Amino acid sequence: MSAVLLAQQILNGLLDGVYYLLIALGLSLIFSLGGIVNLAHGAFYAIGAYLTLVLSPYLGFGGSFVAAPVVVALLGVVIERTLFSRFYRSDPILSLLMTFGLAMVAEQALRMIFGAPPLSYSIPQWLRGQVQLGSFIYSFYRVVLLGIAAACIAGLWLLLQRSSFGRVVRAGVQNPDMVGALGISLQPYMSAVAALGIGLAGLAGVLLAPIYSIHPAMGQEIITPAFVVVVIGGLGSFWGVVAAALLVGLVKGVMVGIGYSAASTAAIYLLMLLVLLFRPRGLFGERITRFE
Amino acid sequence: MSNNQVTRRRLLKTAGGIALLSGISAPAVLRAQTAEVIKIGHLTPRTGFLGPLGEYAVMAADLAVEEINAAGGMAGRKVELLKEDSVNPQTASTKAERLIERDKVACIIGEISSASCLTIAQVASRTKTLYINTGGNSDALRGKDCQRYMFHVESQNSMYVKTVGRSLLRDGLVKGKKWYSLTADYAFGHDLLKVSKRFMEANGGQFAGDDLVPTDAADFSAYLLKIREAKPDLVAINLAGNQTTNFLKQYAEFGLTIPVGGFGFDTALAWAAGKGNFVGTWPVVWHHLIDTPGSKAFVAAFTKKYNKPPENQAWGDYIALKIVAQTINELKSAESPKIIEHFEKGAKFDLLKTRPGYFRGSDHQLMHEMYTVTALPADKIKNQWDIYSSSPAVPGPSEELEVIAATKEENSCTFPS
Repeated sequence: MSAVLLAQQILNGLLDGVYYLLIALGLSLIFSLGGIVNLAHGAFYAIGAYLTLVLSPYLGFGGSFVAAPVVVALLGVVIERTLFSRFYRSDPILSLLMTFGLAMVAEQALRMIFGAPPLSYSIPQWLRGQVQLGSFIYSFYRVVLLGIAAACIAGLWLLLQRSSFGRVVRAGVQNPDMVGALGISLQPYMSAVAALGIGLAGLAGVLLAPIYSIHPAMGQEIITPAFVVVVIGGLGSFWGVVAAALLVGLVKGVMVGIGYSAASTAAIYLLMLLVLLFRPRGLFGERITRFE
Repeated sequence: MSNNQVTRRRLLKTAGGIALLSGISAPAVLRAQTAEVIKIGHLTPRTGFLGPLGEYAVMAADLAVEEINAAGGMAGRKVELLKEDSVNPQTASTKAERLIERDKVACIIGEISSASCLTIAQVASRTKTLYINTGGNSDALRGKDCQRYMFHVESQNSMYVKTVGRSLLRDGLVKGKKWYSLTADYAFGHDLLKVSKRFMEANGGQFAGDDLVPTDAADFSAYLLKIREAKPDLVAINLAGNQTTNFLKQYAEFGLTIPVGGFGFDTALAWAAGKGNFVGTWPVVWHHLIDTPGSKAFVAAFTKKYNKPPENQAWGDYIALKIVAQTINELKSAESPKIIEHFEKGAKFDLLKTRPGYFRGSDHQLMHEMYTVTALPADKIKNQWDIYSSSPAVPGPSEELEVIAATKEENSCTFPS
């Protein structure tokens, strides 16, 4: 294989990782702050995709791009207030069971409303086409997708690291009791984090609807690799999750590129195993006292 | 005292009478119970990557049973369909056992995954119950894994390859050409890859590359980059379920214009890819645009009930139930050995196509016409369903139906005794 092709595969693999990132960042945030293992996160991604389908005839793709994540985020706040909030102080295994059930309810609801057969949706005309970067011809839509994802990640990082909102969230991750003792109620922050994380999953649904098959079980498909990314990256570490997502995409892409496509999925799990063996908290996992 | 004796005699008489009566009537009551309904087991994946196709199978099976019951049932008995999600090969086997042993179904119909077909067939053979496969394509099921109690309404991979192969040969895409194939990494894909390689070798073509794709892969960008680099003459698709839709959407996204030819195909996947994304030439067992009175009636009835046209998997389960109904009505018996004997003798069945079909005795494969569909260009598409044009029936009217099936040399079956 030529060096150019390998370079293409590496670049493409990194891009592929970015899709997982939109799901994984929300998962990581919700777990770090509330201790909720959100197995229903994939369902919100699926709802985002189906909303794009429903809203597009009225709002177009551009309109759905704005509206669908907002609707999903609001749904997230409702779920956080009514369900998640009851489990913040309990054993994570209980919230895991609850979100597992929630994922099934959501999937069946989509099946009842839209039917089991996959539904069609295409890239809008204005986002079609190819771009040429040197000898690398690439889909214009994916370049746009990368730009949007990068903006989301940068925005989220600024919000968490540079704003007063982020300071409280980060303090809440480390020591919720101390935050409470300082007279700050974490509740609105929990809701905001759920809205952000779940909204990001909805956004991923919008962005991937034009290029992936839209069917009720699509959430299940994305949740497993997203979890692998969170585990590899390390809980509570923003850049850990980012690095892990890129690494997972890279490993998968290169495995396909060098002709071991059949093992491309297995390679990701092997990667997770190795990381857990040598760094049980993940690549850049921080020590979170209450989870030790 | 005498009163007492009379009473005792009367008592004995009455008791004897009851015993006698019940001796006669008990079996009659039992018979009446079993005679009320005839149960048919329906097993197909309703979740997972084949779930969307399974849904069509279930819709069509319900429709078929409705029609059969409206026409008087099977041998005068009402039909009850017991439907289960087969999930995976292990669950399929457990559920098949339960349907046969606990629910006493007359036969089992369904399935899409070749791997699950195999485990169901093993249960069917052990319990001597008829199983009709409506969606598993692998040649192995009709070859080394063939079973006396398993029949196949679904075409084998060889039939798919030979059907679409005719179109590809005609279009000059085989001899001296290079193909790049993507293959679903499980039983069905492996079998199909083997059959398509045999076809290419026999017809003077080569493979520029072949990649196995894990069944949970949703992103094809890495494969598309390789295909663009390899510059094959044809991209051959041996994928299954949602994979095919994902591939088609991303193939259009990357703007590749190399001809696409598929060997495994389901109309629902093309509908899901949609106008402008669906490209290529593909083989099907049946499609909703077939111009015969039978097909038109089926499409009309299905569309009326479900507000969308049926796809090929719907045809498979619909026609399997119709075949069973016709056979039980003719034989006046629902016993599996008798039905099997009837099938093996070459009984003909109306398949909603231009000519009737029959099960080939040597491997229990349904011999019937197939079709090649070709994606219409975007500007010729009028609605979301009619997105392809069809070849005439393959094989043509002057040929034997068997010409597209695997020969004995290619795939031989010896039924285990």
